[in-house]
Amino acid sequence: MAGTPMVKAEAVHKNFGRLEVLRGIDLEVAPREVMCMIGPSGSGKSTFLRCINHLEKIDAGRLSVDGELVGYRQQGDKLYELRDAEVCRKRSEIGMVFQRFNLFPHMTALENVIEAPLRVKRESRAVAVDQGRRLLERVGLAEKVNAYPNQLSGGQQQRVAIARALAMQPKLMLFDEPTSALDPELVGEVLDVMRGLAEDGMTMVVVTHEMGFAREVGDSLVFMDGGVVVEEGKPKAVLTNPQHERTRTFLSSVL
Amino acid sequence: MADAVAQRPEAIKAVPVRHPGRWVAAVVVLAVAAAIVYTIAAAIQSDLTSFGSGWAAVGHYVFHRLILQGIVVTLELTVLAMVIGIILGVILAVMRISPNPVVSSVSWFYVWFFRGTPVLVQIFFWFNLNLILPHIGIGIPFTSIWWQVSTNTLITPFMAATLGLGLNEAAYMAEIVRAGIISVEHGQTEAAQALGMDRLLVMQRIVLPQAMRVIIPPTGNETISMLKTSSLAFAASVTELFTRQQQIATATYAVLELLIVASIWYLVMTSILTVGQYYLERRFGRGTQRGLPMTPFQRFRRMLVTFHAPPPATQEAPVVLPSEHR
Repeated sequence: MAGTPMVKAEAVHKNFGRLEVLRGIDLEVAPREVMCMIGPSGSGKSTFLRCINHLEKIDAGRLSVDGELVGYRQQGDKLYELRDAEVCRKRSEIGMVFQRFNLFPHMTALENVIEAPLRVKRESRAVAVDQGRRLLERVGLAEKVNAYPNQLSGGQQQRVAIARALAMQPKLMLFDEPTSALDPELVGEVLDVMRGLAEDGMTMVVVTHEMGFAREVGDSLVFMDGGVVVEEGKPKAVLTNPQHERTRTFLSSVL
Repeated sequence: MADAVAQRPEAIKAVPVRHPGRWVAAVVVLAVAAAIVYTIAAAIQSDLTSFGSGWAAVGHYVFHRLILQGIVVTLELTVLAMVIGIILGVILAVMRISPNPVVSSVSWFYVWFFRGTPVLVQIFFWFNLNLILPHIGIGIPFTSIWWQVSTNTLITPFMAATLGLGLNEAAYMAEIVRAGIISVEHGQTEAAQALGMDRLLVMQRIVLPQAMRVIIPPTGNETISMLKTSSLAFAASVTELFTRQQQIATATYAVLELLIVASIWYLVMTSILTVGQYYLERRFGRGTQRGLPMTPFQRFRRMLVTFHAPPPATQEAPVVLPSEHR
């Protein structure tokens, strides 16, 4: 594919102490691509996602976002660790949505959304509020602007969390099992918002157990197990005609 | 639905369990309390002072100008020491969890030192600072620009007591604030970091506001404790409440009476703070519990009710918040 990939991973390794969580991940996510990642728990998919915005440091390999290394700067053969301010600036260009929402409970929905634009981007309050309202409207929560997180259902909270991430106008969105903590009847509303984002051309990496979403919305599907990518391809192909035995066993146990 | 309501059986009316033990205990407690109060009251009554009986002296001194001035100084000391303690405590707590090993060691050492030595020693230390530093000054090295002042002018007794109490309190507040910070779920920090917020911003905007719920109640305790500990300023001859009563007692020999006067005032002040603390806790407990903790008045009423009846089935307070629906 032409142009710089949005995410490029080459032989990415990560270990927590002696435990090797990622054992050589090679991946590319093109701009405007929606990549879904599936796999059993402990397969390293969430860890990989967290490496992309440097919430976790990688131990070996190369990981870059939009052509720039994550967490390091390369000069000649040497790698230099980035300063905190630079790490923060890069993170601000990547949106992340967590399994447990992690909304700020002491702030209203709108305050959650405008916090980073105000404090990190230093936008004016009027601009931030205006944008915040539009984003909450976009995720279908126009009337919940002044609600606190504990007054919202899980699905509503997750939609606020998506609006909060979008408020930084990210070039890439990371979703870490965004519907796993939701009651079944609330999953749809969150997936609908994500589908809308994908249609608008957002580049997305989605760790999920929603095979239906992966099939309909995903451009590519990655199956991870034991810290490596076992299989990768078009969602339909991987889901209906998996090439590897491990993929087949996993799929038969979930579907 | 209407049928279901109609079919609801009659509410249960049962004879409540009797609690004779409670009555026995109450009588014993009252008897002991009465004996103690009587002994003290009689001792004061029979104590002859220049005002007649001891109680007349208590009545005379309780609103005495010097005592009231002492109360003002006690309050000043308490407020100033707590302000120093809280501000420095927050700074020390944030330093303590800093990834910079120098910064966190400094904080650890501070807490170790100031928590490990008696506050009385610290007050004396500041009071006698002139023994180490006769003069305190600032200036630019290698120039004649220099300003200095004698330590005894700068460190007044009040200043020495404030520093001693405040710097000591900071060590305790640091631990309280640190416990509050740790209590905030790590996901909050991660979510803020993922938005591009730096460490300081995360602390100031996300973590500390949420830590308040855990920090406020023990801080109330510390304030109440400080109100009483401020009497140690006696050592630096600061004319706060305890020093004042001591001075008057020495001059008039009405020792017992003035101790009663001081105790009355300390109790009044701590009672006011205790009530204030209840409401502060209720305020910061919002959004985290279904029911608010009861006000002292509600507790008292419930105690009267439950004294001879089984406690209500629910332990929850009558005040209920808009419920969470997760």
